[in-house]
Amino acid sequence: MSTTTTENIVGRGNREGAALFRDWFQELNQTAEEGKNAAYVFVMGSFNEILKSFDLPVVFPEINSLQTAVRRVAQEYLEEAEDHGYSPDICGYVKADIGTQLRGGEHPMGQIPKPAIAVLTNACNTYLKWAEAWERMYEMPVVTVDIPGNRSAGGGSAIGSRDFKNDVKYVEAQIRELITICEKVTGKKFDIDKLRDVMGHVNRMSSSWQKLLDLNKNHPSVFNALTDGTIFLGVANGLRGDERAAKYFEDLVEEMEYKVAHDIGTITEEEWRLCFVGVPCYPIFRRFNEMFSEWKGTFVHSTYLWFASGGSNLGYQYDLSNPLASLAEGNLISVRDAMDSMFHHDTVVESMIDGFGIDGIIYHPIKSCRTVSTGLADGRRALAERRGIPSLFLESDMMDQRVVAEAQMKNRVDAFFEGLVARRQQNKIIQ
Amino acid sequence: MSKTFMDKIRGQSLEEVLYQCRETYEDTHFPTVKEWRASGGKVLGHFQVFFPAEIAHAAGMLPLNLHGANVQPDQADSRFGSYLCSTIKTTLEIALSEQVVLDAFITHPICDAARNLGAIFGRNFDYPCEILYLPQNPNSASSIDYLAGEYGRLKRLVQKITGTEVSDDALRNSIGVFNRNRELLRELYDIKRESPEKIAAEDAYALMAMAGRMPREDHNELMEYALPMIHAVDAKREDRIRVVYEGSFCEQLPFDMVRMIGRSAYVVDDDFLIGLRWILSDIAQGEEPLTDMARAYIEDSSYSPVQHDLRKRKEDMLIARIRHARGEAAIVTAAKMCEPGLEEQVAYIYGLEKANIPFFVSEFEENQTSFSDLELQLETFMENLLFV
Repeated sequence: MSTTTTENIVGRGNREGAALFRDWFQELNQTAEEGKNAAYVFVMGSFNEILKSFDLPVVFPEINSLQTAVRRVAQEYLEEAEDHGYSPDICGYVKADIGTQLRGGEHPMGQIPKPAIAVLTNACNTYLKWAEAWERMYEMPVVTVDIPGNRSAGGGSAIGSRDFKNDVKYVEAQIRELITICEKVTGKKFDIDKLRDVMGHVNRMSSSWQKLLDLNKNHPSVFNALTDGTIFLGVANGLRGDERAAKYFEDLVEEMEYKVAHDIGTITEEEWRLCFVGVPCYPIFRRFNEMFSEWKGTFVHSTYLWFASGGSNLGYQYDLSNPLASLAEGNLISVRDAMDSMFHHDTVVESMIDGFGIDGIIYHPIKSCRTVSTGLADGRRALAERRGIPSLFLESDMMDQRVVAEAQMKNRVDAFFEGLVARRQQNKIIQ
Repeated sequence: MSKTFMDKIRGQSLEEVLYQCRETYEDTHFPTVKEWRASGGKVLGHFQVFFPAEIAHAAGMLPLNLHGANVQPDQADSRFGSYLCSTIKTTLEIALSEQVVLDAFITHPICDAARNLGAIFGRNFDYPCEILYLPQNPNSASSIDYLAGEYGRLKRLVQKITGTEVSDDALRNSIGVFNRNRELLRELYDIKRESPEKIAAEDAYALMAMAGRMPREDHNELMEYALPMIHAVDAKREDRIRVVYEGSFCEQLPFDMVRMIGRSAYVVDDDFLIGLRWILSDIAQGEEPLTDMARAYIEDSSYSPVQHDLRKRKEDMLIARIRHARGEAAIVTAAKMCEPGLEEQVAYIYGLEKANIPFFVSEFEENQTSFSDLELQLETFMENLLFV
């Protein structure tokens, strides 16, 4: 019988998450070395459920690209794509991936297999252009599962309404078409029971993901939404539908519950609880966080944990007795929510403020991503009018070092905290 | 109605008609829209590229094609970050500054910036601001049914705004009006292709663009009046290269840039405001008009970098457009910071190289005012084609 102790449980999630992540890349490397191909997918609506039921290994080019930035080699890949004709003003993820493809799959984490199929949603329009580029390179099937998002803030087609049924019907029909193409690509017959198994693992993971995010309401917070959260996202996406991920997230919840029970936080002293809005600054990933932790600020939540998990924050539970209809409904609801957390981020962040005790909001609009960044300034203005929470607007990039001005960023972060300190002191005087 | 504008047109010479079109189109105070509102009409502003304007028309609204304007985004700038196209900002600016006053705003999932516009307008205005989810998987057998349902949702929205029940007869009537308009626009493009010396590029542009700014019946009258006069123009064909222009499907070229290109070459086809000509032939006026409209969008439509359709590989479509127009070269541009346009440029370049079609590549911005360097480059390109 094992005994749970601080030593063996605290930090387990990060250790095991990193190991699972490496294993996943090792499996992809092996796939490539064996001359086999994979399914290329994206984080917002990967349809891993279907792909895993056909035993197709999945490649997330977004994750490959961000890994080149974290490992500080992105520039080589970006420039290779720019030499090929791509503009400096487009998504850095796309360019780093094009660079990877032009190198025959050579990547710092290993060899990336070529695509047998690409599956994408419209959650990000760049997905569409990106997949079109692969289609030209490899002449393989590209399958879009078009997921109609909410039409306005809070204006979703209510579940059960005529509009919702129209959307679900459309998504389900596309899933059935995806299955037919997967049968052709793999030469395997679709196995609905295998799909049920995979969906069962996703149910366990989604349930844990929702609990995990909620646990960070604790004071002190039990994980850093920006740094630890990115590890969690890697596993949640890469191993979605895998039993290992289901178990990993159950263990992670256990770890975080232990930390809550034992009053163990992420940093020694938590002074400022922050919410991050946007995509992380991967070229200076660790340093970016340090700019805040040096002031005893920690990221207790982020919109990234919502949209980059494809809306798993809702914890949607598939009905395994009716898998295809439920897969359609679940993806419609979840991916739509992921879109909302980008387009209607002001209402999403507002919903976090009280429960998570947010002291400040850090907006990180980036050159690379119009999906996430276009509305940030406007949403910030609207939220400031409604709630008056201090916020900081830092423009840089998720990939391109040329757009990241670290010293300038630090000056602004310092000024932001000085303002927070002054504000708190003034409030004490008034009280 | 756009009475003042039409009064300036009726009985006038072609030169005067085209002058009025250019002046009115460039007027950033949208006089035809103001006149419509002054007469009690409601306005549905829709962003690029394609909008099923028949539905708004059937409810008695003016469907207004919004694609920014040549204005400084003084108020809009603070609502956006740095790395965005101009047309997103100026579209919001003309609404914030009340240069146009709307009763509804609709955007589309054409690009990541445009999709955000729905939420941004929604935070700034009280009228309905929505996304019309045109399908990005037209290859699915279910896309027509889905789109007919989405059009039904739009119909209910405009009914609510106007208080007018939109009957199938009203829809069929509107389809007829727009079919006639598309027929007239096709005739204009036939002239550009067959007799490009008869009308300058910027004049053809202004004449077409007015379709998005005024009641379509009035635009039909304008076209029916102008086209015979254009046919009758007796102009000498010059020794100019026939080019196809590609890259203005959303943000529009500054008028002076269209003029500059027209000075250097005959623009025999283009994608200016392609949404107005998106549907390629008449839409059926059958028992289920919304389904007829949806079918036309999926099965009988043009192409642009922002519609994903596996049957329409964009470089192949461009090359087909060039061949159809007997073009000798292509001008391929993208608006600054326009992600889909910039991405498509790569495919266009490789496709045109493979097809051995000469091409000129550039970027532009709607608020650009200086074209001397660009004109020099373009003229050099044309001279190379003519004399080398």
